[in-house]
Amino acid sequence: MGARVRNSEKETAAKSGEKTAAEKGLLGRRALLQKALLSAGVAAAGASFAHADDDVGTNAPDWMKTPGRTFTPYGVPSKWQEKVQRTIANPPGRPGTGVSRTPLQRLEGTITPAGLHFERHHNGVPDIDPARHELLIHGMVKRPLAFSLDVLLRYPMETHIRFVECSGNSGGYNQAQPPQATSGEINGLLSGSEWTGVRLATLLNEAGVAPGAKWVIAEGADAAAMSRSIPLVKCMDDAVIALFQNGEAIRPEQGYPMRLLLPGFEGNMNVKWIRRLNVTDSVVDARDETSHYTELMPGGKARQFMFPMGAKSLILKPSFGMNLQGPGWYEVSGLAWSGAGRIAKVEVSKDAGKTWELAALTAPVLPKALTRFRLPWDWKGQPATLMSRATDETGDVQPTRAAWVAQFAVGQGYHFNGVQAWGIEADGTVKNVYA
Amino acid sequence: MSTHKLGVLFSALALCLLPAVCGAQSPNLGRALTPEEIQKADITVWPDGRGLPSGSGSVSAGAAVYAKNCEVCHGAKGAGKPQDQLTGGLGTLASPKPVKTAASYWPASTTLFDYVRRAMPIVSPQSLTNDEVYAVTAYILSIDGIVPQDAVMDAKSLPRVKMPNKDGFISWWPKPPR
Ligand code: HEC
Repeated sequence: MGARVRNSEKETAAKSGEKTAAEKGLLGRRALLQKALLSAGVAAAGASFAHADDDVGTNAPDWMKTPGRTFTPYGVPSKWQEKVQRTIANPPGRPGTGVSRTPLQRLEGTITPAGLHFERHHNGVPDIDPARHELLIHGMVKRPLAFSLDVLLRYPMETHIRFVECSGNSGGYNQAQPPQATSGEINGLLSGSEWTGVRLATLLNEAGVAPGAKWVIAEGADAAAMSRSIPLVKCMDDAVIALFQNGEAIRPEQGYPMRLLLPGFEGNMNVKWIRRLNVTDSVVDARDETSHYTELMPGGKARQFMFPMGAKSLILKPSFGMNLQGPGWYEVSGLAWSGAGRIAKVEVSKDAGKTWELAALTAPVLPKALTRFRLPWDWKGQPATLMSRATDETGDVQPTRAAWVAQFAVGQGYHFNGVQAWGIEADGTVKNVYA
Repeated sequence: MSTHKLGVLFSALALCLLPAVCGAQSPNLGRALTPEEIQKADITVWPDGRGLPSGSGSVSAGAAVYAKNCEVCHGAKGAGKPQDQLTGGLGTLASPKPVKTAASYWPASTTLFDYVRRAMPIVSPQSLTNDEVYAVTAYILSIDGIVPQDAVMDAKSLPRVKMPNKDGFISWWPKPPR
């Protein structure tokens, strides 16, 4: 069923034109061929199971009749998957600032391949020589310390599956009209990984945090020296200096050789290429916690320091660019997550929110991690509006888009976690709708 | 589990809450940092002025620094284009068309110094001297009259500058205000 949706997947509204006709032709021919084979099969079954010896191999595809290619030191995805790419958005003249988004609708499960993890950089990806990089801990500590990668590799390690989501993710939902783009293009500043590293509390305890300390100013070793104020309680709780992502050293785009991982907190605080932790008693009002990632409200005041990402979900199958191919059975599936803990439930509506059904959650359901939800759907061919609504274990429920938007000034798009909706038309076309 | 065993477990947990004891069981492989090393690495500036270096810069010196290093991206007088608008927008935050700039939106003058010193000009960050950063900060703040034309910014005067949106932010941590 996945294949059925996937085969018809178009790129974006812009790119689809040339492809669609060709794909449709191909599908049509394939379907005809299958029908022909099927009726031939039925006829043959009536006759006999025996066949002549020289028939052997006539059914085998080319790749069964010639040896495959040899080994490679580092594998890459199948060439048939070459369209599964991040979408890059960086403003003209700013090669190092901007984003690339994860193609969520083309992936399954909950772990994002490292090469497809979303990127957000403020001045490019630094090429850091690990032998010349150290993590400095200083400020209100008894013993200021520096940790090299070699040294950190000797520390006790922890492994956690966690999501990272940019605070600007899904910001397009603040527009007056629903963006007609794939879910990845709208929501792809979101990825899930298995992270391994050293518990930050271990290092802070070795440095000896002085009484009165409340904040830690984190700084990256990139050309933006990206800096944020992090609550000390978070650093002493589940924060990790991550060294590995999905089993291999963290990719340069994700902070090689080390990044700060603050499970559930907005992406920007998970400072990549982490080089300095300045323990202190107050916030610095860094550029990225004032100019950016703050929420302007209608009266002109702005919310600052909204750290944990809210409960959120989105439907990926079907979604924009993956039109339904006629009535019949489909699986509705998507992702849910919360910065506050585990997902407790995901409800799916097929009638624009009038009625809701519980979706099945694919185990394991982990805290501050992506959770896959699924619900079978026998589509009769009628227009429908699909929505999903997540509730986390603290009872936090996704608000409607309208309720979310009403809290803020025009154009404010940080931390969007409103309910999203896909409109399904009678011909199977999927459109983004506000419902 | 017997009460005796529970007791042992609890005292072990209690011990581990004391950093000194836990530290003793930790690998303790960090290299001790010298005050000089910290001073060299530390470029953080707080709104109360902590972290500001020595040096100073005037509005007029800053106009020259700006013309040479910034204008190509941020436009004449910080008006923006091709990159971010830095000035103007004062009084628009509550309007239907809020214009968020360093001048109209940022709560602390020190953020401008801190950010420009660490990140700008974007093609050659950390290339300006402290005097140049003070000067260009003074110049940008002077464009909207936040500081007078004859202002000189240094570690004492900069934190005293009152930004137009100084009280515009409400902290949502650890909880939204009630
Ligand atoms: C080559 C282009 C370029 C030059 C030259 C340049 N900047 Fe920038 N500046 C940028 C870009 C791009 C950004 C946005 C960076 C980001 O989004 O992370 C930026 C952001 C800023 C911001 C933050 C704006 C905001 O609202 O968050 C300030 C302040 C700033 N620059 C000041 C300066 C100053 C002062 C100079 C000169 C010393 C300078 N810039 C030179 C490209 C440039």
